[in-house]
Amino acid sequence: MRILGIAVVVTGLTALTVYAEETAPTAVSFTDGAVVQSLTGVSGDPVKGREIVGSKKMGNCIACHEITDLADVPFHGEIGPMLDGAGDRWTEAELRGIVSNAKMMFEDSLMPSFYRTDGFLRPGNAYTGKAADDTFGPLLGAQQIEDVVAYLSTLKD
Amino acid sequence: MRNLTGALLAGLLSTTFVSADPVDDKLVLNEETTLVTRTAAPAHLSGVLDEVMSGWLFRGTETRAMQTDDFDNPGMIFVDKGEDSWNAVEGTEGKSCASCHGGSEDMAGVRPVYPKFNEAAGEVRTLEMQVNDCRETQMGADKWKYTGGSMANMTALLASVSRGMPVNVAIDGPVQSTWDEGKELYYARTGQLELSCANCHEENFGNMIRADHLSQGQINGFPTYRLKNTKLNSVHARFKGCVRDTRAETYKPGSSEFVALELYVASRGNGLSVEGPSVRN
Repeated sequence: MRILGIAVVVTGLTALTVYAEETAPTAVSFTDGAVVQSLTGVSGDPVKGREIVGSKKMGNCIACHEITDLADVPFHGEIGPMLDGAGDRWTEAELRGIVSNAKMMFEDSLMPSFYRTDGFLRPGNAYTGKAADDTFGPLLGAQQIEDVVAYLSTLKD
Repeated sequence: MRNLTGALLAGLLSTTFVSADPVDDKLVLNEETTLVTRTAAPAHLSGVLDEVMSGWLFRGTETRAMQTDDFDNPGMIFVDKGEDSWNAVEGTEGKSCASCHGGSEDMAGVRPVYPKFNEAAGEVRTLEMQVNDCRETQMGADKWKYTGGSMANMTALLASVSRGMPVNVAIDGPVQSTWDEGKELYYARTGQLELSCANCHEENFGNMIRADHLSQGQINGFPTYRLKNTKLNSVHARFKGCVRDTRAETYKPGSSEFVALELYVASRGNGLSVEGPSVRN
């Protein structure tokens, strides 16, 4: 376990110092809706993840989900399931899969795919109403996905 | 202390989420006309919805109250402006709307059946399209911008004289292919967020999405005065805003896609009273 921990830290440091070996949105490998491998090789930061989940400008997850831990941020939606205890219900790999592209696990899910760049109907340029251009990217970056997964993993009953 | 207040406020807010259903209330206009704000869904929605509900039932107490009295309804200022336009002579033919149609109140019953098929033109027309056709063909005047102020004032006037009459658009015969296209658009999941009209307004009406209380997305109250932008909003402008919010490339107001979508969405409200100009947030 300790060796694994060191290995992760070493990988993380390498990634930081050289280039993060990011998995491209089009190259994510799903197994039964889960994504086993980290998208970046760098451990997610749950503090940053919490901010992304609550921020309207980033994940805005609470637009649809209620999370007691984020009660300091007003207005939680009720479209998707409550996320309290999500870290007990799902493994890290499952959470990574759901956040990246929930439709791989739940075919008709309303949840947007946060790490996907293809297969959209009339994709736009953010919220301008205009067509997407070559700046089109996933809703969240690879490391942001890892940060969100790290935060959701802390939500235990 | 401020943090504590914030926490208490958040607590209060989160408790209100539990009961976000439409209110049980009656819309009585000027203490005399009762409008139908919930009724049995039209037959074509069988298996999808049992009941159709006006967006009025999903708004707060103060917003609802503003619509019950013409003196409190800010949209009625624009109805007055529409009345001025109605009587104004414009264009090369020296005519006003009133020259052919008489008083604006004689137009009662027009709004509820639009969009409708125009035999001579062989196309489905919205009320805006018909107004512009009148301006160009009958008056020799310039068209108005589809979602512009003059047009919204006129559609507000035409809606206001039909308030209380049930929406009753045809969905078969010559309009059926357009209606089918509108239905397809209603269920199409657009944009990077992959959201259809149905995802929010059929599957989740009554639920909160962040701070917004989702309604059925009925259009019987259009044009609608929104407190958010303090002006009249036309149906196609609202459609455009919704599609934009799915991070999609929108369709254009007046486009064949939005005409089809308007016909379909209007038909989902067949039986609800015309309310325009309604008040929403």
